Amino acid sequence: MGVPRWLFVPALLGAAFVLLPLVAIVARTPWSRFLELITSESSREALALSLRTSATSTLICVLLGVPMAVVLARTSFRGQGVLRSLVLLPLVLPPVVGGIALLYTFGRRGLLGETFELLGLQVAFSTTAVVLAQTFVAMPFLVVSLEGALRSAGRRYEAVAASLGARPTTVFRRVTLPLVLPGLASGAVLAFARSLGEFGATITFAGSLQGITRTLPLEIYLRRETDAEAAVALSLVLVVVAVVVIGFARQGRSAV
Amino acid sequence: MSLSFDAAVDERGVDVALDVAEGETVALLGPNGAGKSTVLSVLAGHLVPDRGRVVLGDRVLTSQGRPGERRTQVPPHDRHVSLLAQEPLLFPHLSVLDNVAFGPRSTGASRSTSRETARQWLEEVGVADLAGRRPAEISGGQAQRAAVARALAATPSLMLLDEPMAALDVDVAPQLRQTLRRVLADRTVLLVTHDVLDALLLADRVVVLEDGAVVEQGPCAEVLSRPRSTFAARVAGLNMLRGVWRDGAVEVAYGGRSMRVEGIAAEPVPGEGEDAVAVFGPSAVSVFLEAPHGSPRNLVEVTVSDLEPHGGQVRVRAGSLSADVSVRAVSELDLAPGTRGYFVVKASEVAVYRTR
Repeated sequence: MGVPRWLFVPALLGAAFVLLPLVAIVARTPWSRFLELITSESSREALALSLRTSATSTLICVLLGVPMAVVLARTSFRGQGVLRSLVLLPLVLPPVVGGIALLYTFGRRGLLGETFELLGLQVAFSTTAVVLAQTFVAMPFLVVSLEGALRSAGRRYEAVAASLGARPTTVFRRVTLPLVLPGLASGAVLAFARSLGEFGATITFAGSLQGITRTLPLEIYLRRETDAEAAVALSLVLVVVAVVVIGFARQGRSAV
Repeated sequence: MSLSFDAAVDERGVDVALDVAEGETVALLGPNGAGKSTVLSVLAGHLVPDRGRVVLGDRVLTSQGRPGERRTQVPPHDRHVSLLAQEPLLFPHLSVLDNVAFGPRSTGASRSTSRETARQWLEEVGVADLAGRRPAEISGGQAQRAAVARALAATPSLMLLDEPMAALDVDVAPQLRQTLRRVLADRTVLLVTHDVLDALLLADRVVVLEDGAVVEQGPCAEVLSRPRSTFAARVAGLNMLRGVWRDGAVEVAYGGRSMRVEGIAAEPVPGEGEDAVAVFGPSAVSVFLEAPHGSPRNLVEVTVSDLEPHGGQVRVRAGSLSADVSVRAVSELDLAPGTRGYFVVKASEVAVYRTR
């Protein structure tokens, strides 16, 4: 199949547009101070907090997103289409709007805030808030990729398993989940990456307290004002993490 | 266990009643869209009929829309009905052994017991040496054998077979058919098939579906040698003309004109004005270009639509009828698609049956 030759010009232009900024980061990285910059106390704290909160939010995404994807892919009910669109809303919603929405849900004067306060929990401006913000923005990534995997896997294996006497829970555990495991893995990796990069909802809902809510993206943003070189060095760290994540996601997809 | 099935699915225009005795294999024949898959779906519990009752042994599996009776719909996993489909559908993430052990394991047997059971069944169908392989590493025929073992290891009360040989190479199918013949003996089986050989070799009885209803049923040999439905006649390779019995012949409308077909009427002889069919084999048909005079024979004016080799002869098709003639006759008559002529068959070669 022939591709029109002129197509290569805009294609290359697009690729350059995406790749050049990465080159710029590498070019501007202060290699002599690199190690020192990324191992400073605030950097280490921010990186550790980012990894911890992203891992937690990914886990929550899996625990809640898998059942959501299964219900969306395997059942049909009135209003399912609308529900699916709403669940995927955080994908297109500006993160800062998500942060405000979360604030008015879990904040002190929010919808559930008083309930939480009675239980002795204060969510806003805590590490929990960081995790909630990340979960909110990352969940759709997991649901979308898993629902796709479930739909393309089809229901025929599940029907066979049931005809062999397996109860629905057994079918889910021994047939459905193993069949979509690559899709689940790549969904989880994408959710993790989105959590790791989360900025807008976090700063709105959780604030920027060192060691408590100041994740790596927030640290980078703040450092840029005072120490541009440090911001570049930390940015490179996130670029490397992102590249590794993409590699994992690709592997998961090619295994399907 | 015996099966009693009676169900109507309005959306698909299906209303079928059939029985399978304990230990009997019944072949369900019929053209595409006749309702075979609907019957299987209702039996497997994936489709709830609008009205009907399905009873396996002494268990009511489905009861819908019956006044005075409680609605019942036993879920698929609790029906003891195993399905063997066209494709093996072995779980790709499990070894062949664990595929076969899946049924026993899911119904409470320990891991070692279910694997032991699985080994025995793999042995039974002749693929024990493949136990450790993944489904992707074995051939289609081997996979279908493993699927047979898997279905049987679940100790079903009823086995459903949905064209189990249709997706296999022609050189593999006969061996699997033999295996099925052996392992399905004395089991209660409903076999959906297009293949007359499957029906003859595996089934005790055939049920023919057309347009969502049973049009005939009976022992295989009888239905295939004395078909009363168009579909059964076609799978048996016989010509059939439908009409009404009048004055000792079948009055048939064929190709836009009315004609009389004489033959030997089987008991019970049709009554005047009753529906009847005239059945005759393609080898009983001779082909003429001009209408022959003299001996009282049945005559059908035809236009040849197709020629194809058939054994050492040539099968001449004309619409729904066919004739087997020698190669020499074809060249002498210069037969080709589009040739007009006459199919001629002696009355003594035509069997006439009453239909309902």
